[in-house]
Amino acid sequence: MARWGMVIDLDRCTGCAACEVACKSENNVAAVSVEQADMGRASSWMKVMAHVEGEFPDTTMHFYPRPCMHCDNPPCIRVCPVQATYIDDEGIVGQIYARCIGCRYCANACPYMVKYFNWYGPEWSEAERQHLNPDVSVRPAGVIEKCTFCHHRLQKAREDARAEGRELREEDYQPACVDVCPTNAIIFGDLDNPSHAVHTLKDDPRVLRLMEDLGTQPKVYYLRPRD
Amino acid sequence: MRQAVREKLARMSNDEQILLRPLVETSRSFYIVAGLLAAVTLWGMFAYYLQVTYGLGRTGLNRPSYWGIYIICFVFFIGISHAGTLISAILRVSKAEWRRSITRSAELITVLVIGFGAIQPIIDLGRPDRVLNVIFNAQLRSPLLWDVTSIGLYFISCTIYLYVPMLPDLAIIRDSGIKAPRLYRFLAAGYRDTPAQRARLERVIGVLSIIVIPIAVSVHTVIGWIFAMTLRPMWHSTIFGPYFVMGAIYSGIAAILVAMVVLRRAFGLQQYFKDIHFDYLGRLLLLFSLLWFYFTFAEYLTAFYGGEPGEMRAFWAKLTGPFAIPFWTMVLGCFIIPLSLMSRRSMRTPRGTLIAGIAVMIGMWLERFNIVVPTSVNPRWEIESIGQYLPSWVELSIMAATFSGFTLLYMLATKFVPIVSIWEIKEGREHSVREVADRVAEYLPESA
Ligand code: SF4
Ligand code: SF4
Repeated sequence: MARWGMVIDLDRCTGCAACEVACKSENNVAAVSVEQADMGRASSWMKVMAHVEGEFPDTTMHFYPRPCMHCDNPPCIRVCPVQATYIDDEGIVGQIYARCIGCRYCANACPYMVKYFNWYGPEWSEAERQHLNPDVSVRPAGVIEKCTFCHHRLQKAREDARAEGRELREEDYQPACVDVCPTNAIIFGDLDNPSHAVHTLKDDPRVLRLMEDLGTQPKVYYLRPRD
Repeated sequence: MRQAVREKLARMSNDEQILLRPLVETSRSFYIVAGLLAAVTLWGMFAYYLQVTYGLGRTGLNRPSYWGIYIICFVFFIGISHAGTLISAILRVSKAEWRRSITRSAELITVLVIGFGAIQPIIDLGRPDRVLNVIFNAQLRSPLLWDVTSIGLYFISCTIYLYVPMLPDLAIIRDSGIKAPRLYRFLAAGYRDTPAQRARLERVIGVLSIIVIPIAVSVHTVIGWIFAMTLRPMWHSTIFGPYFVMGAIYSGIAAILVAMVVLRRAFGLQQYFKDIHFDYLGRLLLLFSLLWFYFTFAEYLTAFYGGEPGEMRAFWAKLTGPFAIPFWTMVLGCFIIPLSLMSRRSMRTPRGTLIAGIAVMIGMWLERFNIVVPTSVNPRWEIESIGQYLPSWVELSIMAATFSGFTLLYMLATKFVPIVSIWEIKEGREHSVREVADRVAEYLPESA
């Protein structure tokens, strides 16, 4: 059984935020007005966080692209009263939009703040509407959503592989952010499969995981910048 | 009041005359106050209508402040509900005779306030239409589900605990025929106050008052656990269960005191809510103000001494940061005011306890605010420690409506049941005086 995970090389990330944009259009994440965004109501399943170190003027800045960590021991799913957020047997943490009651308990339980709530229903212009991704369901007002590792791409890749009578290859299933990153800073694959790049990278001496000490066992690994 | 009713009333005992009068006689100011409260409640319902139609966006909530006023009010109201049950149950079990005139009004607070508290998390839902999913898709590891279970049980048991001790009074009203004969025939459920029935009633009350105590304790423990079970700074704390229970009882006592002062004025119950009651409850309030300080101090010192960076951000946000005003007002309301007033005999009067009671209620509301909001806007994930939360008018209107709705229903209830238990007073006069004398004699060594 695969165990999907991600390695992000912070040395390569330039903070261009192409992954953010690709994610939004791939997953039908609606934009909100400026006022709403200022209130903290914009959704960005993938978010490039800027982290500044040192005192001015001797500062270094690093960018942390942050998706859902797809924790192996996710605190978010334990607290959901209706099992609307779950972890599947390939380690992907998903949401059931049609079941979520919108209590936002999971959002409070996630230490990485990657759960986004639909404060209003989504709104698109006519032009945007024509480019919605038919493979991803549109979320109604009042439910929680978050990064799914583009789970729909996995389903599609699997069907294709089955139709062609072959095994699933590493390049068959890659989330939108990985596809679009111009510096190949994001690497994705099966952590348990020795032929996948992430398998070796996850044991790199530069590896760090966010708030690992909480015992969440995140499946997103970062490669520390080399200074 | 109609002539016939007046004559019937005149034939009854003195206690009955005083305590049943509010059921048949309603003053002008009652209607005015009730009208105002109803208006506020309707306004709040309109605000909720907007929220349901347009979405939770109508509140001031955001990321990372996912929870706000509704969750604060939820904890606050369920906390108040500990007034009735615990106080009246504990006093009954421990045979405290002075309870007799205050049990009913306290139990009534409990039942109503559980209802108003329990709807708060539903108001807070993004999808209230799917609320039944908590039954159909129940996920038992969620503290929210523990809550649904224990509050459900609590509501049922408290309603029974309110109703059963009311039976003899309902029978008195039925037999007097002063009001809605058919309604009271139904409510009194064939109770005739025969010695056998009375004995059974007392047994049932005895059992209920024991059952209700652990349930009440579980309710607020589990509410504390909603927060404590997450890994968040200043929430993830083992003291939260007992801390919440203690706070709940504290705010409950304050609520009883305020209600008693108001009822005493409104219905002329000086003979029933006497100085001694305010003195005793005032002492209880004093005890709890000290307990409150002990718990709060223990909680904050532990967080401070550990000095974990995540915890410290929430900690300083409260003590000196943007939440310093609510924090220190809380200390004033929950500790300094009640301590300095209630430690003085001359202040344990209706007026003194009223001031202390109101201070404690405000303080306890703020305590819940200080638990929910500062942690929400200071998540462990430091980079996003920039949150802010300002409740919208929709949230404030719904909160006002909750307060007014509760007060309105409480007022209406005083028109249907005597707010002081008639039969318990009578029982006190007829039996307890002797019983207590016997009991005290029993405590003492046999005299030679
Ligand atoms: S990062 Fe947050 S949302 Fe994602 S699995 Fe972990 S706890 Fe859940
Ligand atoms: S917001 Fe939805 S997914 Fe999250 S805990 Fe509540 S019901 Fe579950």
